[in-house]
This record gives sequence, structure tokens and C-alpha cells, in this order.
Amino acid sequence: MYLYADNAATTKMSRTAIEAMLPFLDGVYGNPSSLHSCGQKAKEALEDARDRIARCLNASPREITFTSGGSESDNQAILTAAALGAKKGKRHVVSTAFEHHAVLHTLKKLERQGFAVTLLDVAPNGLVTPEQAAAAIREDTCLVTVMAANNEIGTVQPIVEIGAVCREKGVLFHTDAVQAAGHLPLDAAAQHFDLLSLSAHKFHGPKGCGVLFARRGVTPERLIEGGAQERGRRAGTENVAAAVGMAAALEEAVRDMAPTAARLTALRDRLIDGLRRIPYSALNGDRSARLPGNVNFCFEGIEGESLLLLLDDKGIAASSGSACTSGSLDPSHVLLAIGRPHEVAHGSLRLSLGEDADEAQIDYLIRAVSETVAYLRGMSPLWHDLENGRRPHVLAR
Amino acid sequence: MALYSEKVMDHFRNPRNVGVLEDANGIGEVGNPVCGDIMKIYLKIEDDMIRDVRFETFGCGSAIASSSMATELIKGKPLGEALALTNKAVAEALDGLPAHKLHCSVLAEEAIKAAIRDYYDRSGIAYDPSLFPACEDCGHCCGV
Repeated sequence: MYLYADNAATTKMSRTAIEAMLPFLDGVYGNPSSLHSCGQKAKEALEDARDRIARCLNASPREITFTSGGSESDNQAILTAAALGAKKGKRHVVSTAFEHHAVLHTLKKLERQGFAVTLLDVAPNGLVTPEQAAAAIREDTCLVTVMAANNEIGTVQPIVEIGAVCREKGVLFHTDAVQAAGHLPLDAAAQHFDLLSLSAHKFHGPKGCGVLFARRGVTPERLIEGGAQERGRRAGTENVAAAVGMAAALEEAVRDMAPTAARLTALRDRLIDGLRRIPYSALNGDRSARLPGNVNFCFEGIEGESLLLLLDDKGIAASSGSACTSGSLDPSHVLLAIGRPHEVAHGSLRLSLGEDADEAQIDYLIRAVSETVAYLRGMSPLWHDLENGRRPHVLAR
Repeated sequence: MALYSEKVMDHFRNPRNVGVLEDANGIGEVGNPVCGDIMKIYLKIEDDMIRDVRFETFGCGSAIASSSMATELIKGKPLGEALALTNKAVAEALDGLPAHKLHCSVLAEEAIKAAIRDYYDRSGIAYDPSLFPACEDCGHCCGV
């Protein structure tokens, strides 16, 4: 069996998206800036993709800028709000401790430029509250940026309420919706986000393509200098095929969102119930306020990388917040932010289900993970110390 | 290129000498749970020979493979040879380790040295403490 359970890392492209892209790789390869018909056809396709993505977000096409992906969109969103804030002498940003590094590292950059950053503490259930955001906003706050759903533990943040707080206080609100798009409703008219980041490959579109939504009146700060593409907001010849593929993939995901979410949520809960039976394991993040396909566990006494390698041998593609998988000495900043100690965070496993998952696969996952955890614990001196009472357990049985 | 050599994957998937040695007369444990790796080596030493060896490891793929390879390299060997085992020899025997995983081979060397020291201590054999350097320079986070 081959079971790809790493859809939070990236997804398989949908057939619809591939078919939509092909004509723009082959026949209609013109540059959208060219005046000849081959270029103008490409331009039309690009603008059509923009329209369709705008509709999926209940936004206006003029609010959509194509980028190279989620990271670029996050960078541009934050630097845009910072530039607007700096003009008014507002140099304070509110965010959370468990954002994606595309956000956290951009905030570090702002700090080096003299901005102050407040990172909200994340509760053990992996959530922040609108009250926390409200309390952190100061006179000089120019931006609040809170992810719609966490990329590791899948917890869904109250962005509607946080957006409302920001609007009331007159502060720009950005949300990194890279993990949420296609899984949760995003509505620019009903929800109060001013800036929003998307990445095509997280919802079965192509890699290397993303979108920055910027509400009318918030003009994105140009990060890449050059031509006047994207109405001067992002230079560089547009990736027409990818934009078209992204539009097709997003439309498909939004169209099927409710039934897919219901089916995946049931499978997710079956997986959570199965893995909870492993002694001294714990689900990371709130059980219900989480993405339909996300399951993230810690297992005491083992290390995540060896778990991943053995699961790979069993045909299962997963990921871990272990330090060993990141090449750094520290385990996942997300798991540390929700209060998991280092020794427990090293033993984490993220399984992110795809739309094609079924019950047989879930049961195979439960069996494979349970067996592998037991096998690794069998050779772990740490586990034996925990079992013999030489070290105290951190997680409950 | 894959993350690990075939040799590393072989020793990771089929670790040699894994388990506990009930009649061990030298036991060494290095690393800590905060770092994410602990290695424990059990030695049965007779007539200055490593008669038997076992290991237990909490850690990543290369930590398990390094432990397995290190036990293979000292099994049945004179004590002096085991004491002279370097992390470099362990890494080379595995056909190399990624740069950020070299500390796993360092842990293997240290675990064996710790077990031999424990044997000396238990047996009342005098030794030169400088043969057993403290964990240092490995760039790892021991002692955090």
C-alpha cells in the first residue's frame, strides 16, 4: 500500500488543474505583456484565472496579485502593512508564536528595522483568542497577522473574530490562509481580513504559484522590481499556466468543500481515536477546531525521524516536528509554543489526509503507527526509564 | 541523493545487537531526552575482550544505525581496540553520514567509552581519565 499522508506539505495536482494548464505550456505560450495574439490570449487566460480566484474568495479581481507562493505572499503582506504603518509612525505588529517561518522571519526583519513585535502566546489547545489580540493592539499597531489554520497541528484560529477586532480598532489584519484555503470558507465580503496569503500547491494546484489578496485601498508594496506586471505590484513575466492551474484547483476545492470536509473530518476522528489508544500519546492541538485532514500526535519515548523512516518503509508518507527532521537542534517551534517539552516534541508525527483517503487506509495507518511506535519504544532506553519509573512520564497514559 | 547511505538504512532497518545484556559488566549511557537522542551500550568483558555487546537507542535513523555499526565494530575485539574506536571510523563504516548527523557517530563512540569506563570502575581497574574526555566539541546540545 502507498499512502500519502503529507498533504499539509504539498498535494498531488488535480487532473482538472493539469488539463487546464497544458494549453498554456504548449500552444498558448505567449508573454501576457506582448501585443500579438499569442500574448493577448495568454493575458486573457491570466485575467480569467484572476477573476475566478477572486470569485472563490468573494473578492474583486483587482484585489488579487499573483505571486510565487505562500511565502512570498506572507512577506509582501507584512511588508506592505509595515510600510503603510511606518508612514503614520506606527511601528508595532501583533502576531502569534506559532506562525509559519515566512511570517516569523519577516517579523524578525522588521524588528531589525526598528519595529516592535508582540507574539501572542498560544494556549495548550493550539488556539489564540480575539481577546488576546484586542489586548495586544496598541496606539502604534499597524498590523495584526494571525494564521487561519496552523500548518503543523491544524488548529483553526478565530480569524473572523480577530478580523472584527482589528476593523473596530482600525488596524490592518493579515491572515496566512495557506493551509486553510480549499478547506475552510474564506469570504472577503463577510470576513474582515485586509490581506490574505494563498499557495496553489496546498489545494492540488501547481507549486511556485500563490496569491496575495489585498483589500481595495491597501496597495501591495512591490518586493520585486522590474516591469509593470500585476499592475506594478509584482514584476516578472507572469506564470500563466500556473495561475490557470491554481484557479481550476481552487474552484474545484471550493465547490466540493462541504462534503469533502464532512467526509475527511469523520476519517480524521477515526484516526485520532485509533492513535489515542497508544499509551502515553497525545493529540497536539484542539480536537474539533482543526483542519478536516490534520492529525498530529506526540509519542513519548521515541524520536520522530526514525518513526518517519520506518513508516516510509511501510508505504506511508508523513512528517514530524522532530529536530532531526529539520536539521536544527530544536524541535518544532509550534509544539514548543503549545507547551510540549523538548523530549516530547521530538516524538511527534503529523498525518495530513488527502481527499482520496478511506477507512481502510485509516485502519492501516493506525496499525502501522501503533506497531512502529511499539517497536521503537522496545529499543529506547528513554522508554524503559519511563516504564521503570526512573523518569516521570510527561504525557498521561 | 537519498538522505542516508544504503549501509545506514540497512543498519537502521535491521539493527545488530539491539537489546539489553543481562550479565553486562560495563554499561554506558550518553545523550539526553531534551536533545532527542540517548544511547546505552551494554558490554560483557572477559580477559580484556569484548565477549558480547548490546545497545538501546532513543534517536533518529542515523543514531540507531551508528549504535548498531559501533557494536559490530567492537564485538569480539580486544578492549584496547574498542577503546580506540573513533566516531570517524563509525561514520566511515556506514559509508558516511550527513554533516548534521555526524554527532550521532560521536555519541556512539562516547557511549562505548562510557561503558568501558564503567567496567573499569566496577572492576577496580586503574585507568587514565584523559582517555575518557567529557562530551564536548561535538556541537551537540548535551547538558542543556
